[in-house]
Amino acid sequence: MQQLPIIQANDLYYEIINHDNQIRILQGLNLSINSGEQVAIIGSSGSGKSTLLSLLAGLDMPTAGSVQIQGEMFSNLDEDGRAAIRSASMGFVFQSFQLLPSLTALENVMLPLQLKNQANAKELALEALNKVGLSERVTHYPKQLSGGEQQRVAIARAFATQPTILFADEPTGNLDHATGQMIIELLFRMNAEAGTTLVLVTHDIQLADRCHRQLKLSGGVLQEVTG
Amino acid sequence: MRSIMLNFILAWSQTLSLWRAGALRVLVFALVLAVSAITAVGFFTERVESALSQQGALLLGGDLAVLADHEIPAIFSERAQKQGFVAVKTYEFPSMVVAGDNSQLVEIKAVGNNFPLRGDLTLGATASDSGRVVKAAPASGEAWIEPRLANVLDLTVGDQITVGDKSLVVTAILLREPSRGGDMFSFAPRLMMNAEDLAATRLIQYGSRVKYQLLLSGDLKEIQQFHQQMKPELGRGERIEDLRNARPEIKLALDKAEQFLGLSAMVSVILAMAAMLLSSMPYIRQSLDMFALMRCFGALQNTVLQVLAMQTLLIAFFSALLGIVIGYAAQTGLARLAGSLFVEALPPASFSPVVIGLAASLAMMVAVVVPHAWQMRKLTAMNILRRETLAQPMSAQAKYLPAALVMAVMVFWQAQDVKIALSTILAMIALCFVVFAFAYGLVYLAKAFIHLSPHNKTLSTIMIGVQGLKTRLALSTVQTIGFSMGLMVLMLLALIRGDLINNWQASLPADAPNRFVINVQPQQIDGVKRFFSEQQIEEASVFPMVRARLVKINHDVIKSSQWKEDRARRLAEREFNLSWADVMQSDNKLVAGRWWKAAEHGKPYLSLEQDLAKTLGIRLGDTLSFDVAGTPLVLTVTSLRKVDWDTMRANFFAVTPPGVLDNFSANYISSFHLPLGADLQLNQLVKQYPNLTVIDVAALMQQVRGIMQKMSSTIEYVFIFSLITGVAVLYAALVATRAERVAEATLMRVFGASRRQVSIAYFTEFALIGLIAALVATVAANLLAYYISVKVLDIPFQFNLTLAVSAMLIATTAIPFAAWLGLRGYLNIPPRQLLNSI
Repeated sequence: MQQLPIIQANDLYYEIINHDNQIRILQGLNLSINSGEQVAIIGSSGSGKSTLLSLLAGLDMPTAGSVQIQGEMFSNLDEDGRAAIRSASMGFVFQSFQLLPSLTALENVMLPLQLKNQANAKELALEALNKVGLSERVTHYPKQLSGGEQQRVAIARAFATQPTILFADEPTGNLDHATGQMIIELLFRMNAEAGTTLVLVTHDIQLADRCHRQLKLSGGVLQEVTG
Repeated sequence: MRSIMLNFILAWSQTLSLWRAGALRVLVFALVLAVSAITAVGFFTERVESALSQQGALLLGGDLAVLADHEIPAIFSERAQKQGFVAVKTYEFPSMVVAGDNSQLVEIKAVGNNFPLRGDLTLGATASDSGRVVKAAPASGEAWIEPRLANVLDLTVGDQITVGDKSLVVTAILLREPSRGGDMFSFAPRLMMNAEDLAATRLIQYGSRVKYQLLLSGDLKEIQQFHQQMKPELGRGERIEDLRNARPEIKLALDKAEQFLGLSAMVSVILAMAAMLLSSMPYIRQSLDMFALMRCFGALQNTVLQVLAMQTLLIAFFSALLGIVIGYAAQTGLARLAGSLFVEALPPASFSPVVIGLAASLAMMVAVVVPHAWQMRKLTAMNILRRETLAQPMSAQAKYLPAALVMAVMVFWQAQDVKIALSTILAMIALCFVVFAFAYGLVYLAKAFIHLSPHNKTLSTIMIGVQGLKTRLALSTVQTIGFSMGLMVLMLLALIRGDLINNWQASLPADAPNRFVINVQPQQIDGVKRFFSEQQIEEASVFPMVRARLVKINHDVIKSSQWKEDRARRLAEREFNLSWADVMQSDNKLVAGRWWKAAEHGKPYLSLEQDLAKTLGIRLGDTLSFDVAGTPLVLTVTSLRKVDWDTMRANFFAVTPPGVLDNFSANYISSFHLPLGADLQLNQLVKQYPNLTVIDVAALMQQVRGIMQKMSSTIEYVFIFSLITGVAVLYAALVATRAERVAEATLMRVFGASRRQVSIAYFTEFALIGLIAALVATVAANLLAYYISVKVLDIPFQFNLTLAVSAMLIATTAIPFAAWLGLRGYLNIPPRQLLNSI
């Protein structure tokens, strides 16, 4: 029996109106991702990669078309319904880390666990920080950490909830080459251990090469990159 | 010069664009509020003060006044006459006036024909008359009465009234008398008559309390010389007032009011400074961007600093201007509420509060900007562009030190008293600690509580809110202090205005005495007692009183200056009313020594009230020497008593056994409960014995209540500024943390929090702030109310649960709701759009 795709996008349109001009970012895009797959979405700046990622994660709604996550149609859900799905099955890593400056590394990792009402939030967060090699820095605030360390906290946060899908938006975009490499190693190692489905937005071809599939976003539609 | 002009234009346009960008709004709002509070109080007290100094001669009624509690020694008038001064004598005392079957306590002022030496009087034919200004005294046989008296006794011009044994005709309504103080200093309405009629009234008898005055006018220099010359001649109970210290009691009351109102305004200033510090970040950030660009385009360090200084000046100036206008408008409210407490009419406001407002505004603005300017001094354009100023914030001490200094200077300046200023500052610091402790305690409690039941999603969301309070503890403390101050004052006023006064009245038994009758002469005692038995007034005793001055304690001659405490000085200065009794009054309790036996009739013993003994440092066994109308009397303290003054009965500080005071002339006093509807009979008694003075306690209480009402309204009025600045602090804190909160809310939603969950977390954080504010306010207000009721009014204190609960409910719902309103908009924007902006 064929496996149901974990993410399914059909005929996706996304338009914005800027100074009375209608700009069409996605034009009838279709996408299907299976469980456990590692998919890289590549494309030039402004091609709509991040927009696509946020539509897939239910962080925004398409102008037309549908997104299904594990068979659940996003368009049938309201904002809070989509939030519930994110809470249950998604993790995020952002280019700009998105750590809260007023919380320590540990508290930042605990936040999504607390939102899920995870009983042993602190233990899980500590374990996740340990896995990214930051067990000594748990009480430090983001401003006391380097860029690479901040992204490691973000990775710990993403994996702490044991998501089934991990969305990563240019995770090395704000880091130097060496640190970026280290982050990528970490991300792929943890992804492999957890068996998470990975949707990675990047313009780094080398990084994209490490994924099972590469999709190129151009002119508002996706093309499978082969070979 | 050209470059300065250029910089000014630059500063002006930058200030305008910062205003348009919204970076300045909270800052300016807080600054305007602080200036409004300072100037409103400044304008008001300055008006009363200038009334006192400009109208010194009017308030005095002359250029110099010699005052005494006995006939002024002849030497003063003789010398004055020699110097060629114009002189006039006046006599002021309370007494009863009878009109038909009605009588009323009045303050009689009997004046010589030259009165008034300075200023004038306004007379009318009716109370609503606009009046005519005269410089004259009532002729013999005439009386001028205040509208209040005309109203109470239903009198019009032409009516006959009786004052003591003398009949007078009302010939005018006295609409304005400058020498009269405000409400606080005039309990009974005025009746002015000619001093020539005084003897015929036969009101001034032994034991009457009369304020004797000799008013003088003449060349100011000579008057001053006279003042200096006559100073050594002043005997006991005599004093001289001149233009500079006219009506010292009004000046003293004003000084206290000024100090209190000034410090109340300081609460607004302190809160406003907090709001300004909180809201300065967006302003500084945007200014830094501009300065960085200026530096990139080649501007010199000095140019940048000059522009910043000008910008600071511009903001301070325009905020001050607006604040002064609002302060001026607000002072008219203050003048209406409280002006009449001090003086009859207030002169227009002067310019000095404007200068103070400008200076305060500039000082506050400089305190906020200086740390940043200081830090910018050494930075390169690249440093600023990379936000290295903000990434490496200076130490908190350095950042807040100028603000703390400005606040301290302002508190000292307003208090004009090191002790009061220090205690104000200490109280503020203590409040910070209390709020901190409460916040910590609550966070701890909430954590413990949630650990007990961890498997509840709502509870774990609440915990995120609790954590919010913890991570922003310093900020939350400032917000909480803002609210708790405002709330506390409002609660305290509600308690004083409502509960305390009601409790006091309720604590009096229904048959507690409601009238005092004083000045009873020995031959009138039988008549008064007959009146009591006719009216079936049972619990009414008539007590003797002999006026005596305390001269020595043991062998030491006393001087009022030997005591530091005001009360001790007053007690030593004034005449004692010595009384005698064979049995101790039922509302007295012996606390030391023993009461005399019947056999000790005529022994030179004395029983003292314990508080008085303590104040003057008198102990059991001490001998006290009194001067009774020139005759010495030495008594030994054989007992100390505690007196329950609240029974409203006549009571005495000093009591001797019967027989000790027989050789001295006495007058008598009684207090009794006049049954409802027996006024007519009492008026008959006053008609029969015109020298009696009846004091209606209920009417007096009513007046005290009126004054308290005015005072508390005034305090409330000033604290409205504090409450608004409290809201400004909340708003500033919200604005200052908005970016952080939106980021937090957005990330929570990215990680799957529902809008409900985000709302719950925020509600929790702000409900906790409200709860702490209400708790602190309730505890502080009740402690203060407890102190006032138990220590000052000596009545049982009752905790007002309804008020406490209402305060908590309002604070824990209104504050989070207001905060949530500010963030609500962000909850409906898709998280992706917010992610881009954070």
